[in-house]
Amino acid sequence: MLRFLISRLLQTILVLYLIATVVFVMMKAVPGGPFSQERNVSEHILRKLEEQYGLNDPLHVQYAKYMWNITPKRFSPGALLRFDLKEGLGIDFGYSFRYEGRTVNQLIAEALPVSAELGFYALIIAAFLGISTGSLAALKQNTAWDHIPMGVVMVGICLPTFVMGPILILIFGFWVPESIRLPVLFWEPSYDASWMESLRYRILPAMTLGLYYAAGIARLTRGSMLEVLGQDYIRTARAKGVSPFNVVVKHGLRTGMIPVISYLGPVAAHLITGSFVIEYIFMLPGLGRHLINAALNRDYTLIMGTVLVYAAILILFNFIVDTLLVWLNPRLRLGSNP
Amino acid sequence: MIRRCLLWRFIPQGILLSVFALVLVGCSDNRTPVEIASAQGILLLGNGSEPHGLDPHLTTGVPEHNILHSIFEGLIAYHPTDESAPEPGVAEKWECNSDATVWTFHLRHDARWSNGDPVTASDFSYSFRRILSPALGAQYADQLIVLKGAEDYLKGNTSDFSTVGVEVLDEHTLRLHLVGPTPHLPGMLKHNAWYPVNPGVIESFGSIDSRESDWTRPENLVGNGAFRISKWVTNSYLEVVKSDSYWDADRVSIKGIRFFPIEKASTEEAAFRAGQIHYCSNIPIDRIAYYRSRHPQVIRFDDYLGTYFYRFNTTRPPLDNPLVRRALTLAIDTGLIVREVTKGGEQPARGFVYDGVSGYRTPGNLQFDPVEAKRLLADAGFPGGAGFPKMEILINTQEAHKMIAEAIQQMWRDHLGIDIGVVNQEWKVYLDNQDNLRYDISRSGWIGDYVDPITFLMIWTSDSGNNQTGWSNRRYDALYKQVLLTGDPHHRNALMREMESIFLEELPAAPIYWYTRKYLIHPDVKNWHPKLLDYHPFKFIQLEPTGFRL
Amino acid sequence: MKRIPMTESSQLSTQNPSRLVRSPWGEAWIRLTKNHMAIAGLVCFSTITLLCLLAPWIAPFEPNEQNLLKGPTPPGSTHWFGTDTLGRDLAARTLFGGRISIAVGFAATLVAMTIGVAWGAIAGYCGGWIDAVMMRIVDILYSLPFMIFVILLMTIFERSLLLLFVAIGCVEWLTLSRIVRGQMLQLKTMPYIDAARALGVRRTRLIIRHIIPNLLGPVIIYSTLTVPAVMLLESSLSFLGLGVQPPDSSWGSLINDGAEKMVSYPWLLIFPSIFFSLTLFSLNFLGDGLRDALDPKSKDA
Repeated sequence: MLRFLISRLLQTILVLYLIATVVFVMMKAVPGGPFSQERNVSEHILRKLEEQYGLNDPLHVQYAKYMWNITPKRFSPGALLRFDLKEGLGIDFGYSFRYEGRTVNQLIAEALPVSAELGFYALIIAAFLGISTGSLAALKQNTAWDHIPMGVVMVGICLPTFVMGPILILIFGFWVPESIRLPVLFWEPSYDASWMESLRYRILPAMTLGLYYAAGIARLTRGSMLEVLGQDYIRTARAKGVSPFNVVVKHGLRTGMIPVISYLGPVAAHLITGSFVIEYIFMLPGLGRHLINAALNRDYTLIMGTVLVYAAILILFNFIVDTLLVWLNPRLRLGSNP
Repeated sequence: MIRRCLLWRFIPQGILLSVFALVLVGCSDNRTPVEIASAQGILLLGNGSEPHGLDPHLTTGVPEHNILHSIFEGLIAYHPTDESAPEPGVAEKWECNSDATVWTFHLRHDARWSNGDPVTASDFSYSFRRILSPALGAQYADQLIVLKGAEDYLKGNTSDFSTVGVEVLDEHTLRLHLVGPTPHLPGMLKHNAWYPVNPGVIESFGSIDSRESDWTRPENLVGNGAFRISKWVTNSYLEVVKSDSYWDADRVSIKGIRFFPIEKASTEEAAFRAGQIHYCSNIPIDRIAYYRSRHPQVIRFDDYLGTYFYRFNTTRPPLDNPLVRRALTLAIDTGLIVREVTKGGEQPARGFVYDGVSGYRTPGNLQFDPVEAKRLLADAGFPGGAGFPKMEILINTQEAHKMIAEAIQQMWRDHLGIDIGVVNQEWKVYLDNQDNLRYDISRSGWIGDYVDPITFLMIWTSDSGNNQTGWSNRRYDALYKQVLLTGDPHHRNALMREMESIFLEELPAAPIYWYTRKYLIHPDVKNWHPKLLDYHPFKFIQLEPTGFRL
Repeated sequence: MKRIPMTESSQLSTQNPSRLVRSPWGEAWIRLTKNHMAIAGLVCFSTITLLCLLAPWIAPFEPNEQNLLKGPTPPGSTHWFGTDTLGRDLAARTLFGGRISIAVGFAATLVAMTIGVAWGAIAGYCGGWIDAVMMRIVDILYSLPFMIFVILLMTIFERSLLLLFVAIGCVEWLTLSRIVRGQMLQLKTMPYIDAARALGVRRTRLIIRHIIPNLLGPVIIYSTLTVPAVMLLESSLSFLGLGVQPPDSSWGSLINDGAEKMVSYPWLLIFPSIFFSLTLFSLNFLGDGLRDALDPKSKDA
């Protein structure tokens, strides 16, 4: 097990360096620099700017500097929990090109908790809706209980989020009676308010995001539950008179969840790092917005930072999922290589 | 059995739903955020995009400027109603010599920084030295090259700041020596490039010319304006509150302002409709009719000193031929575009310079004339559009630009028989391509920096970085030099009219319309007047709860 | 794997048409026809595709013909779906937009399929360190934010439809390569493959007659589900303004346009959304149906 963990860790580090390299190369190939402005900058000012940000160094020097800065040099879990990469790992992504006087570390530390919180709510909504609808559909295969809830959930993946979002805004922000209207934009109220009040601001974005993933989860749950319910041990359990609820929850879900959990891994990572469309529609200060804004603004340091954080989280979640799968599937526990 | 199982399954769902309902209904306060804010004296503003930074010497954008003029104050401030009138700022009074080349400013004694320090003439001198420091790389530093010796200092030809025409007579008297007669200097001084910064604060977080410094973080920033910054959440909002140390604090009515960076017009309008902001800086075109008919009291159209135009790349044939450029220009039905596409009461541009700027009348008389356009195109060798090469209009990604481009595309097809494509690029790539002349025809806009025609005309000189068409005209350049040395307003206007006539003869760009500012504003906001450059000094704004709801 | 290799049985059935033995494909087809949702999906998708393909002949107007003076009009007898803000006929634009959306969906899926199948099959067939290296590469690519890469690709190069296919195809092949590799590994250990090999069947023949037909099932299922995913991705790109260039339009760009103006002109959102969602719905149900029909395991259920 230890050997597996170490080799996995080494692999992860190699992957992250590779990603950093790929992004570095791509950034240098894109037209338009971070200092393109509508009102043109004179040549000598441009040179000064490039000097300040080290853009006039030879490429290999820039590359070496960058690689050194993103190399972890220490480890302090407490600081990591505060999303402080500089204190926590000694990683320094440098100053953002677009946001003067703000470091990429600061920006990520501000944005990641927002995306993570939103993703957490969305994950709950998605998992709850998806698993319950999927199990129900599987239990009552090919009846109205199967088709109607599945059809409703499927709307989630058939309407792009940028349509679903505004429609939910229209319904819950404007059409419903005034007393139960929800705030349509922003992450928190513009005045001091209780956490309940803040929570109301998060309902619509979490719903929009959650609905999108609920469909995928529902389909997977339905598929694998169908398979599991057809298995001999479930039949035996049923024949022995175990109640259907216990059959589903105790026996069915555990095995039936395997594909769902392997799907949830990357989904959770996507949710945690934020969906840029949702963050755009609802004007949320999350990581997804930084990711897209940075690409559009050629904010080299911010792109590097967000992409690497994103990739690291994705890898971490995949790792957690692999471990969970081993735990859920006894057959894998004996095998050395999952 | 199965039925019982289903019941069980719905219990957690039921719990979740009831919690949900509780949260939905459980909000005690039924007032909208705008109503709460009006009662508290907080102004909620939609403010375009997230500010790049808050260093007055480094920022270049409009959203940043809106915030900056609330937390800083220059020698001259914005007048509440008249954009060309100078309002005393840190300078109490000022005078100039007969040809407007030497200006003396008398600073008020009670001007204070938000940390209590007095604002002095040497602070201004330090600030001008800072923005002119070559190593700072300030993009708006060229605003200050009207100062004698500033250009040499900026280019690093000398490192002796005493060669620059900034003279500190005493702590409260500042004298500026200019390269040429500049009667419109007070107007220029309102720009954030001329704002003072606190030397002590700058030095404690870095040196005079360090860009990457923490002094603009909300907890560190020291300003001298009517407000001071209190909170800044990236991509969420920036909050300023009334500053007690401001010399004119008694006249400041509102308690604070929150600036929300909302890029998309449709999103901003939804925020306004839902009562989450007082001021919506952009209206989606499709909502104009609704507000006009249903809520005329909240929609405003103000004159705005700007021109929307299409650049021609004059280095690419056949656009190097003035006949072709003229034909393309005359085939654009600008009246139809402002009536049916932009719909914001814009005026079709007859010339390039916004008409009526400080007594200047444009000599232009451009008008939609398809017959003449067709004839000109035939004269240029493309009768009926035959043989016209495949060309493209370059636009940046935005709904309104796309609609205008598609309309013009159709007009050129109908009236000239030529087929022009549209290329949509995102902002940075678009700027890069335009700058490097990698385009055929490119959509552009120009907003004046101050109220003077020269701010429009200067972009077409040969060495202007904003020309970006490859067009150059020796006579035009010579006239520009002459204008800079002319103090007499009549003579100056005549020279500028001649410049514009040359432009209109050659048409390196096709003027389309003169801008209007269209926005939505809640009736609670008082003293918000139409301004030609759209700068609204917040110290005069008042909030009175009216209970108005959309 | 409990089933007989399909080629053998199809030979059987062609030799003895009188006997009631159907080929697995035939059986799958019968199972599919019993799934009403899947058939409804198939019919619905075919109809929409046919309508879009025939757009140049059945569309009432030119899709890019403007009428600024008319402006946006609600649906009526002349313009069935109404007109957009530049007075263009929405019915024509929806049909022509569908051609592009469906083309992007299929072309990108084809790109993804080609790369994915080739990659997965080679890795699975060769095994050993080649397999290890190839799959590590897939793992690496998995942990990249795709969207950023598509955006970077779209900004680096001149934008064109072709690039859109390739860019999307390049990020969608990963899962397919994993599926194909897994299938390949399983097939390699099948006794009948060993038997065929022992009988001296040539390698190319082995691949063509025995391996490819067995790979086809999962590939078809997955591809049917990739098409709607690609169409959604294209619509997100349109949301960022990086999709199809004006005056052409895809469903994604029409819907994005409509979503912005839905309060004023709801028809601009409703009609393209109906087409788009119906297509995605149909393809998803068809994909699920195909999975049920082609996957032998679900026979038991």
